[in-house]
Amino acid sequence: MSESDPNPMDIDYVSNLARIELTKEEREKFHHQLGDVLQYFEKLKEVDVDGVEPTAHAFPRFNVWDEDQAKEPFSVKQAIQNAPQSRNSQIVVPKVVED
Amino acid sequence: MSNATIISKTAVELSRSLSEKELSSQEVAQAYLEQIDRVDPQVHAFLHRDDDDFLAQANASDKRRAEGNTLGPLDGIPVAIKDVISVQGQPLTAASKILENYISPYDATVIRKLKDAGAVIGGRLNLDEFAMGSSTENSAYGPTRNPWDFDRVPGGSSGGSSAAVASREAPLTLGSDTGGSIRQPASLCGVVGVKPTYGMVSRYGLAAFASSLDQIGPFSQTVEDAALLLETISGHDPLDSTSFPTEVPQYSAALRDPLTPCTLGLPKEFFGEGIDDEVRKAIDETIEFYKSLGHKIVEISLPTTDLAVPVYYVIATAEASSNLARYDGIRYTSRSEQSENAINVYAKSRGEGFGEEVKRRCILGAYGLSSGYYDAYYLKAQKTRTLIREDFSRVFKEVDVILTPTAPTPAFKFGEKSNDPISMYLSDIFTISTNLAGLPALSVPCGFTNSGLPIGMQLIGQAFEESSLLSIAHAYDREHRFGCQSPNI
Repeated sequence: MSESDPNPMDIDYVSNLARIELTKEEREKFHHQLGDVLQYFEKLKEVDVDGVEPTAHAFPRFNVWDEDQAKEPFSVKQAIQNAPQSRNSQIVVPKVVED
Repeated sequence: MSNATIISKTAVELSRSLSEKELSSQEVAQAYLEQIDRVDPQVHAFLHRDDDDFLAQANASDKRRAEGNTLGPLDGIPVAIKDVISVQGQPLTAASKILENYISPYDATVIRKLKDAGAVIGGRLNLDEFAMGSSTENSAYGPTRNPWDFDRVPGGSSGGSSAAVASREAPLTLGSDTGGSIRQPASLCGVVGVKPTYGMVSRYGLAAFASSLDQIGPFSQTVEDAALLLETISGHDPLDSTSFPTEVPQYSAALRDPLTPCTLGLPKEFFGEGIDDEVRKAIDETIEFYKSLGHKIVEISLPTTDLAVPVYYVIATAEASSNLARYDGIRYTSRSEQSENAINVYAKSRGEGFGEEVKRRCILGAYGLSSGYYDAYYLKAQKTRTLIREDFSRVFKEVDVILTPTAPTPAFKFGEKSNDPISMYLSDIFTISTNLAGLPALSVPCGFTNSGLPIGMQLIGQAFEESSLLSIAHAYDREHRFGCQSPNI
């Protein structure tokens, strides 16, 4: 799709990237709404940022080291207490490989 | 002392009554529980309560006091918590269906600090799902109502935190602010709300929305109370690598020092069209008050103001799409019963578990980061963010603080903006740029409309200068105390 298309977003492609399944109604509603939002973002195109460094953090900190010390970890019970399915102290997941 | 008298007190007043033995923490806790029972069926600020635990903590505080082991001014004072901050053994839903059954296995650093100070940790407060929204209408568990007018929103995303203080269900609450989520609801509910400098308060144990913008902060009736809570939760934390290694001044002591004359800047871009007449009038009166105290008022310019909202929504949604990837239907969220394999378990669980706004923002964020669009959206927004920071740096060579309205209008009605994302996004137009620049800012109640809706002013300070920011706010607040007026509910 061309750069000038007011809504260049392929909603099926992007919702798959985001790993979010949408209903048909949501797909239509979002296509319209996100088109408006992207249109609103067009403002940014006019800004001259030649030679400007990007800001990732307002007060960047680098190389934050932690002491290399052993700490008491979560118990297995604590670590998996919120899992939707668990068995024998392990998280149960849908089958990954075919039979 | 009657329950009505107890719950009308500020945290500083409660602390005094506790130390003078006029009250026990048990009586304080009981009074708040009764108020919650009475008003919360209508206000709906709370998503979860554990009254036994609450009373047990109050009991423990009374015991410490009787033994002469009181831990400080917050010992025995209730603090209710936005439902995105981990308290060990308590639910954390982030107002989302996907975390319906989640129980926090550990305490956030702010909670550990509050417990060390003897505070009585209260219930879980409502919000827009994952803190995405400006009205609390995006909660999967139903909206919170504005205590000043039940037909109107309390603001958001920390709407439960602001409504709980306004309706006297808690003297102090914690919220989080990514683009205005503390200040805007504070303004709409007529209470004080503070967003600290980025890095001042640890984010460890806060469910992340946009990590480069999120900060936890206090809500209260007065600036004095906010200072007390803020100094308790602030400070460097090795568990948060973005936490800043700096000393935490005693803000509440600093408030007692005489205030030297300072310069307040009014950014002309914030006073253009779109501001409600009554909001403007209240702000004008606030400006006159500061002049009468001998402070200097100057007009300033922040030319990048109109870029803040688009920059914010590109950056915040990108960070959100990445942060929320952890809610996967596998490890600690609900899982779709429709999932058939290891791939669609993600998409189905997230499709069912997330609400509309969260889906919209994750998709928008994934788009801005996707191949072919990264430079045009995300990188461009990060570079523009630099220009916004530079604007503030330049202005702060001339002024000590910046004064603006917190929100362009008083509380709006339910449904008024919920189908129009951009109009909702614009309700944060005055608060967003400070998150992008990492600066501290607060909202202080500065009057009411003729129909009785609260109005807030925002003061923006220099990085790590919370002391002077709070002192300047306190100079106004101690003479007006609009946050101590309570709605007739």
